[in-house]
Amino acid sequence: MDILVVLEDNRGSLHRMSKEAIAGAQKMGGSVSALAIGANADALAGELSGVDLTEVITVNHDLVSSYNADGYSEVVKQVIESESPKTILIGHSYQTRDFMPRVSAKLDIPFIPDIISLEDGFVKQVLNAKLNASVSTSADQVILSFQSATFSEEAMDTGSCLTRSIEVNLDSSIVRSEAEDPFQEDAGDVDLESAELIVSIGRGIEKEENISMAFDLAKVLGAEVSASRPVVDSGWVESFRQVGSSGQTVAPKLYFSLGISGAIQHVVGMKGSKNILAINKDPDAPIFEIADYAVVGDLLDIIPKLIEALQTEKDL
Amino acid sequence: MKIAVLVKQVPGSESALPISGDHTWIEEGQVSFVMNPPDNFAIEEALLIKERTGEGEVVIVSMGPTRVQKVIREGLAKGADRGIHLEEDGKIETDPLSVAKSFSSVLKDENFDLVLTGLQSDDTGMGQTGVLIGEMLGMSTGTLAMETDVQDSAIRVKRELESGWFQWVKLPMPASISIQSGLNTPRYPSLRGIMGAKKKEIKVVPASEHQTEAKSQSIEKVFVPHTSKQTEVIEGDADSAVARIVEILKSEIKVL
Repeated sequence: MDILVVLEDNRGSLHRMSKEAIAGAQKMGGSVSALAIGANADALAGELSGVDLTEVITVNHDLVSSYNADGYSEVVKQVIESESPKTILIGHSYQTRDFMPRVSAKLDIPFIPDIISLEDGFVKQVLNAKLNASVSTSADQVILSFQSATFSEEAMDTGSCLTRSIEVNLDSSIVRSEAEDPFQEDAGDVDLESAELIVSIGRGIEKEENISMAFDLAKVLGAEVSASRPVVDSGWVESFRQVGSSGQTVAPKLYFSLGISGAIQHVVGMKGSKNILAINKDPDAPIFEIADYAVVGDLLDIIPKLIEALQTEKDL
Repeated sequence: MKIAVLVKQVPGSESALPISGDHTWIEEGQVSFVMNPPDNFAIEEALLIKERTGEGEVVIVSMGPTRVQKVIREGLAKGADRGIHLEEDGKIETDPLSVAKSFSSVLKDENFDLVLTGLQSDDTGMGQTGVLIGEMLGMSTGTLAMETDVQDSAIRVKRELESGWFQWVKLPMPASISIQSGLNTPRYPSLRGIMGAKKKEIKVVPASEHQTEAKSQSIEKVFVPHTSKQTEVIEGDADSAVARIVEILKSEIKVL
């Protein structure tokens, strides 16, 4: 086996970043297999039945029926030992950060995380994304994780694959942590992930009373409203609207960014957008590096006039 | 309760970042260093846990050249009890397994109940040192803690999951936990704290006593990212910007 992709169960279905990792694995070349763990393993394997893979290995055991770092790291370790993949691939999700370093330590296999490109070695961002680093390893086996949207899930090659269930050796003494059920603090009914148009608010909005301006713009465009973490932390908009590594990942047709500087934690959640239009006062704002349209100016002047112009346009 | 907080000194967000002659890292001479911002939240959480439980010791541990004693002192000035400095000569280590082996060899005999880290460093951003050490020392591990609650021989942590989801996990101690930024408000050192920190002990562990030979990954080169995106820059007054935006929405992105 050349590549083993470790899949993530996102409440019963395959995590988007697992599909991106499969697309990346196929691009790297060689034989690609996937590993599904837990009570939903068969369902995850089922989602991949039309994808070009050697096989999907499924593992289910009472101790890993739902995610826990103790059990998962032990299962992945045992599968790597028995299947000997040269490369272990995974999406760089929060769950990956939680258990994959433990696999790395158990097996003394290097883990190169958060890779954004394979074009010049394993490339990751360093120093607040101001520089890129090309990382290499001399080890025979390596664990790699891909940053969100490094590959597109649509790029997965279609084909067929087998499913093989394997047994693991787990003792109850391995799982020391006790996990309670996951919960949401305030569940909104806004579906950002499938929104076609998004107006997103950053710190450049300056004051809470200016928030309504963004909602007015969204209304005239027929867009949903999202925000960056500082705006959510200020309590100006609800947390379910947050886009970024700790919030939602979105890929709309238009991402209209208002006063967002473009910190890497935000950018990973929206860089897959088809069109990025950004307004910012600072011509050096990092958001402009990934924007298709970079409007340098004061959004507090521009937005009211834009709403008016769009309204006129609509009334025509 | 014995708590270790692992901190790192990193280039500040406003610092110049000149690439070094061999292109494998940056030229440190022109860099201004600060405490890795996420580590401030780990220090604060350790001090809060000590205050809540009413007893214990908070130890600031850092690895790097002599300059890193500055961030250890910063932790001591905020109220930590003592420091440990894992000395590095020459280039900073960027291989997470080697870093974790160095820390583990030094932390092993200290028998800490808790090891706290920030969620990741602003320089290399590997985000795994705390978890690696936890595994190497046989501790339970947790990441991205938004809240902590120490019980008798366990700690409950509220982990941040993705998309606005959270989960409480109870970890038996000893435990190694990474702290999510923003969960508390880091304190500033008081003048008395700054004066007092000068008298607190920083134990220096020479490189020869903790460094390992085998390196599993290394940075071959660093470079300025080249953007492949064609960006249209729109400048000028609000009226002309508005006119151009309407045109873009109408005939280029076609969403009107």
